[in-house]
Amino acid sequence: MERALSFDVVRRFPGGPVIAARAEWPLEGGPVTVLFGPSGAGKTTVLRALAGLDPPDQGTISFDGQVWFDAGRAIDVPSQARGVGLLFQDYALFPHLSVRANLAYGVRRAATPERDARIAELAERFGLSELLDRRPHQLSGGQKQRVALARALAPRPRLLLLDEPLSALDAPTREVLRGELRHLLEHAGVPAVVVTHDRIEALALGDRLAVLAGGSVRQVGPVHEVFSAPADVEVARVVGTENVFPARVLGRSDGLVEVRAGQATILAVDPGGLAEEAYACVRAEEVVLESLDGHDSSARNRLAGTVAARRDEGPLVRVTVECGLPLVALVTRASAERLRLVAGARVSAAVKASAVRLVPRNS
Amino acid sequence: MDFAALLLSGELAGLTSALLVLLGLPIAWWLVVSRWRWKFLVEAVVALPIVLPPTVLGFYLLTGLGPRSPAGRLFAAVAGHPFPFSFTGLVIASVLYSLPFAVQPFAGALAGVDRRLVEASYTLGVSPLATFFRVTLPLAWPGVLAGAVLTFAHTLGEFGVVLMVGGNIPGRTRTLSVAIFDHVEALEYGAAHRTAGLLLAISFAVLALVYGLQRRPFFRWNER
Repeated sequence: MERALSFDVVRRFPGGPVIAARAEWPLEGGPVTVLFGPSGAGKTTVLRALAGLDPPDQGTISFDGQVWFDAGRAIDVPSQARGVGLLFQDYALFPHLSVRANLAYGVRRAATPERDARIAELAERFGLSELLDRRPHQLSGGQKQRVALARALAPRPRLLLLDEPLSALDAPTREVLRGELRHLLEHAGVPAVVVTHDRIEALALGDRLAVLAGGSVRQVGPVHEVFSAPADVEVARVVGTENVFPARVLGRSDGLVEVRAGQATILAVDPGGLAEEAYACVRAEEVVLESLDGHDSSARNRLAGTVAARRDEGPLVRVTVECGLPLVALVTRASAERLRLVAGARVSAAVKASAVRLVPRNS
Repeated sequence: MDFAALLLSGELAGLTSALLVLLGLPIAWWLVVSRWRWKFLVEAVVALPIVLPPTVLGFYLLTGLGPRSPAGRLFAAVAGHPFPFSFTGLVIASVLYSLPFAVQPFAGALAGVDRRLVEASYTLGVSPLATFFRVTLPLAWPGVLAGAVLTFAHTLGEFGVVLMVGGNIPGRTRTLSVAIFDHVEALEYGAAHRTAGLLLAISFAVLALVYGLQRRPFFRWNER
């Protein structure tokens, strides 16, 4: 049997929403799965059910062939026995214990030399060696996050769960730590489930995206696939009208970056912190469609292509242009009529370099 | 100054506080974590001594544990002496009478510990009982100390229950508050002044300590 995480979590909140989320994904092939959705969609309910903190009213949870929860058979493996590491939103470090004691907390049973070695190893890996004797209140937000992650990993969990791991940080710190967190998760050697409502976070951290809306899982798939091919309108609304393409950095100049996405070369503003791999994101609203004989314009990216698909959405029309990559543009119905945007029509897509958002994919 | 009464009062208050830490903590913990629908009844029972006249409690204890009741005969068999007019009887009565003064601060302190810290401990593989001693209690101890100190002060000042259950036997059941009553009855105002002043000073110091504990955290980790 394939190693997998599968759950079917039903929970009713009195006078509130009903959560009925069901999904399954393999534990191999990319360690990080992002549970993505607006607040109230049930992300945290699912996460806490996986951690064994709030049992579902009904349903089942199984991990790697082991049943963690089955309402029908009255199985509810306690948190202590599931082997999960949980990273809380505000990290929940034990305030009365030093960093060293926080790290050691979950490995208390191990023999002392073994435990000391484990702490030293984690401190080294997470850059905490200098901080071991501090108390949590003496740490910065980023340091707290690293301590919390190291503490969760110390007992060698089989599954790592992260609840909005970056939301407790201020915006500049968050920018820096996104890449760092991705790196740490990728090298943790443990499958992880990250809850977030932040699109950029989902892109930067995830290998796989599970979209939650209205209490149920609507789509599971590779991150850019879900973004570029939402399964239904609800998913499209949740992930936003965003074009997302895996991109490779070709070169830099004057604060701009040239990336290769699909068969096209795109110019974008350098966000900093870029390695070689990134996601190039363009909101469909920011794509301007022009006739091929178009005049000059300030847009640095002008990609000629053909209309591959067209879908009318009220006053707007969603047009997919195949121009080396399937670029989606959102234009008014009047513009679509004037430019005769039907399938097969030749057209040019213009995107300003500043409208291309590059999300680093560090590894 | 009536040193025998001071010593006895101190002994009674100290013993009552210690017993209530042992007894009150589990009750407080249960009150905090339980989701039982009839829990409020237990809460009401625990709070009863706040509103009940001490004479009522004393009366029921005397009839319930007196030599003529089965429980009283059991008490006499175990303790070697009858319940009324004994120091042990005084301790039992004091524990019951001060129960809410211990349990309520305890419960407040335990409930004030961030639930997520407890959950973090669970996910790190630590059992609920071990979590209580390694996380909850270390973080709640200022409140626990406040409850113990409050119990001490309350027991020092109790009068009605002591008189009902213990009577007035010097060196055995004659506490400070009973001594003051004696002095006034005998029109010894000088002695009554000294004893009452002492009790006032101790009570004030103890309450100041309680409020000081709650206002300013002892350690910086309590600042959240």
